Amino acid sequence: MRGKPIFLYIFVMWTFIIGGGGLLVSIIAPLSIHGFGKFDDMVDSVVKASIAIILVLLWVLLMSKIKNWIFQKQIKH
Amino acid sequence: MMLDTTIIGILISAIAFVTVYAITPSLITVLTKRNMVVKDYNKETVTMVARPGGPSILAGILASEFTLYAFFHTPEILAIIITTSLAFVVGFVDDRKVLGGWFKPLALAGSAIPIILLGVYVPHLEFPLFGLVRIPELYLALIIFMIPITGNAINSIDVLNGVASGFMTIASFALTICLVIVHNYDIALASLPLGFVSLAFYKYHKVPSRIFPGDSGALTLGAMYGTLAIIGHVEVVAAIALLPAVINSFLFLSSVKRVIEHRQIKAQPVVHTDDFRLMASDDKSAPVTLVRLILANGPLTEKQVGFVIFRLALFSAALAIITAFMMGVKI
Repeated sequence: MRGKPIFLYIFVMWTFIIGGGGLLVSIIAPLSIHGFGKFDDMVDSVVKASIAIILVLLWVLLMSKIKNWIFQKQIKH
Repeated sequence: MMLDTTIIGILISAIAFVTVYAITPSLITVLTKRNMVVKDYNKETVTMVARPGGPSILAGILASEFTLYAFFHTPEILAIIITTSLAFVVGFVDDRKVLGGWFKPLALAGSAIPIILLGVYVPHLEFPLFGLVRIPELYLALIIFMIPITGNAINSIDVLNGVASGFMTIASFALTICLVIVHNYDIALASLPLGFVSLAFYKYHKVPSRIFPGDSGALTLGAMYGTLAIIGHVEVVAAIALLPAVINSFLFLSSVKRVIEHRQIKAQPVVHTDDFRLMASDDKSAPVTLVRLILANGPLTEKQVGFVIFRLALFSAALAIITAFMMGVKI
């Protein structure tokens, strides 16, 4: 079937979206930062947002690596 | 009440479909008379095709959404109308004048502002199986990013006859089904015109195209899709249904490593065989695109490539629907 590796890539992306969401909800969201007085909420938000952005960048990097691995044959062609 | 909603759904779907179906032939005539035509590079003989089809797409969306607004005065419908119209303007300007690669993303980000001003969003992201995460500040950034991403994703997949409108038909009906699954019936109703507008436009856009949507058409469809994802609170599901288009943008950006227009690319990713089928380019400097990967195993006709993309769209739509069902399950 034409485009078989692309179906695989879409499936991998899907599992990563579900897994990444799980990581975000179960580990990062419950994090609570204290010790900054009235700035607690702001620091908490900034830290969580930073982690989320880093995770997205990691996700993009990982998808790029997987892309090269899955499509190696096609890209060389 | 349920019967009323069904009747309104049928009414706005019919308005969306008939408006585009009826207006597009006249638009083709007007555009052709004004010499607003472009060459279809994938045809063996010189073929000029009318462009842009955005005005008829917008007319279908506005006619049906204003009708819906007459029944339900909700800010969500207003957000769809305003954001989609602004995206159309951005696309129309780009259709008329060649602008820089950064113009569209920035202008589309601006067209997302009405969603924020109307307050038609819930500032948390919901994931299947795991529940939701509250991100009040980050969510505003997500809104600003979402519209340029969906708009440009549809625009970047608009490379062959019928692909953008056919793909959008599949993705938007999948989105409607997902909205019903998560019990968001009001937004499901508001999403119906997108599928029917795309379907009606596909009639004239399919191989051999009589009209191209242009940036105004593609950005209008993409921006409405993004708006529905936000106001319907199905951002993750919507992103999954759009994965083939997202992958196309991702492949393109990761191979050229900067934000540029397709027309600025010197080495073409796809070339033609002697019998004018499409073939992946051997040029190593050419960007990697979805179509180039589909053609990696050998040449195909334009129609065949389109059908492979539609199969990918159906696969993503199935994953999106599975994900929507998973929203109701918590582990």
